[in-house]
Amino acid sequence: MAEVQSGRVLERAPGAPVAEVERRVRVRAPGEPRHVAYLYLAPAFFFYLLFAFGPLVYTTWLSFFDWDGLTVGHWVGLDNYEKVLNDPDIRASFVHSAVLILFFAVLPCMLGLLLASLIAHSRVRGVTFFRAVLFLPQTIATVVIAIAWTWIYAPSGPLNEGLDAVGLDAVSRGWLGDFNWALPALGLVGTWVYFGLCLVLFLAGIQKIPMSLYEAARVDGAGRLREFFAVTLPGLRGELAVALTLTTIYALRTFDLIYVSTQGGPGTSTTVPSVLVYQNAFSNGRVGLAASVAVVLTALIFVVAFGITRLVDRDPSR
Amino acid sequence: MTAARRERIVSYAVLGVFCVLVLYPVLSIVLLAFHKRSDLVTGFSIPDSLDFSTFKTAWEEGSFNRGLLNSFIVAATVTVVSAVLSTLAGYAFGAMRFRGSDALFYLLLLGLIFPYEATVIPLYYVFRDVGLTDSLWALILPQIGLSVPFGTFWMRAFFRSTPSSLVEASRLDGASSFVTLWRVLLPQAWPAITTMLVLVFMWTWNEFLLALVMIQSDELRTAPLGLALFAGANRGTLDTTLVAAAAVLVALPVVIVYVFLQRSFIRGMFAGAVKE
Repeated sequence: MAEVQSGRVLERAPGAPVAEVERRVRVRAPGEPRHVAYLYLAPAFFFYLLFAFGPLVYTTWLSFFDWDGLTVGHWVGLDNYEKVLNDPDIRASFVHSAVLILFFAVLPCMLGLLLASLIAHSRVRGVTFFRAVLFLPQTIATVVIAIAWTWIYAPSGPLNEGLDAVGLDAVSRGWLGDFNWALPALGLVGTWVYFGLCLVLFLAGIQKIPMSLYEAARVDGAGRLREFFAVTLPGLRGELAVALTLTTIYALRTFDLIYVSTQGGPGTSTTVPSVLVYQNAFSNGRVGLAASVAVVLTALIFVVAFGITRLVDRDPSR
Repeated sequence: MTAARRERIVSYAVLGVFCVLVLYPVLSIVLLAFHKRSDLVTGFSIPDSLDFSTFKTAWEEGSFNRGLLNSFIVAATVTVVSAVLSTLAGYAFGAMRFRGSDALFYLLLLGLIFPYEATVIPLYYVFRDVGLTDSLWALILPQIGLSVPFGTFWMRAFFRSTPSSLVEASRLDGASSFVTLWRVLLPQAWPAITTMLVLVFMWTWNEFLLALVMIQSDELRTAPLGLALFAGANRGTLDTTLVAAAAVLVALPVVIVYVFLQRSFIRGMFAGAVKE
């Protein structure tokens, strides 16, 4: 004999007093074994704690040491962090990251918003196809992307050839070998990769905005621009937060692209924190310093991830 | 009506332009790979004939057969093991209530965010001390550890979306929690599991930093690592066609899977970020 109470199935033995059933329910909520849950979690947590979270904690510990990776290290407290703050090369690497955020996150989101609002309600056919193409760069190994773009930016590559063809010979150069242009050139690769991700996300979001809102805006005499700021942008708030979070994290994490295409050069004009982590930990024997850069980088990533989520949660309409 | 039509044409044009922008670098590298070094290609150029000889040279010279096999071993092991672990953990988080479930879940969620840069230093030095560096284990174990958060997050969302009455009915029939998972829930879970498999496989296949740090021997290189070193070695001689062919070989497996399962890819990529 079973009765449904607020979505839960209670079984009552014939003749058993209702009060007793309720007591049993309070002790053991229905349908759910308790302690066995830990058994299901154990294997996943074993790997996660041992090979991911544990090493993160260990990295933090290492960041308080001066250690070359071979001999015995010694405790230096916050010295490494002082270097992170004061060393011009390390500071420059974080500035480079900020530039990359513009290209990896801000630019793709702006482009994505613009295009999504442009094509949102024009009933385009073959959206599946366009979406699949625009999303394609996400699936290609970054090493491959780095190689393709290194070739495109090469002194005698397609980009310069195109510039020469339209009479802009003066502009053409070895883009990745140029102190001023290497970083923006790599940034544009990020724009190329993440623009599609943003657009796909925004197009999905726009479909969820009720048409009636747009009709109301039209009735009120709103132009395209007003409509965008009054209806589309607020409606895409959640999607925008997701896109910004993802792409900003990708920008901060960038390693493969830079290591394969420029290794941080020319000079130090494209070094980013992750490249410094690699160089210091595995080539220069400054493991403690590398660990402190990694910790600062990870902290920044956490701030971005939680900061942007917070901003969305504060949205009164949710 | 005409305005709507004009709008649609503009939309097609804009989408078309951006598709070309996305495809241009991809296609130009594919076309480059069909050329020979002697063709002296500098831009976008369609080869005269479909010539696979450059692929053959890249396959043999860069020993990419070995690299692709290593990548496959690593990616398949990581994908299968982390899928099993994630399904079990996702089941616990999604369909059971227990003390500390929120705290444990948030602890695991951190793993969605932090990068290999944050873990690779101690992993390398500890693995070196226990003699695990320069082995595929050095790639497999950490990647299981960092794949489990996404998998668990994803499967938890699936198990939460299944009606709890199913679980309760099964339990009333006297089924154990494992039988409930195996007989009742898993048969419906395949779309969710496929998405997880596909994404974890892609991330593992494309991973570079860990392999760069851990692997020293030529015969243990993964495909992306082999490609990066191969490109570096050919930078002086500038045989771009050979490097392009190698790059296509490395990217191809994932792109083929993507062509068939693109819905799964796109759905899953966003799920990782969409917090409830």
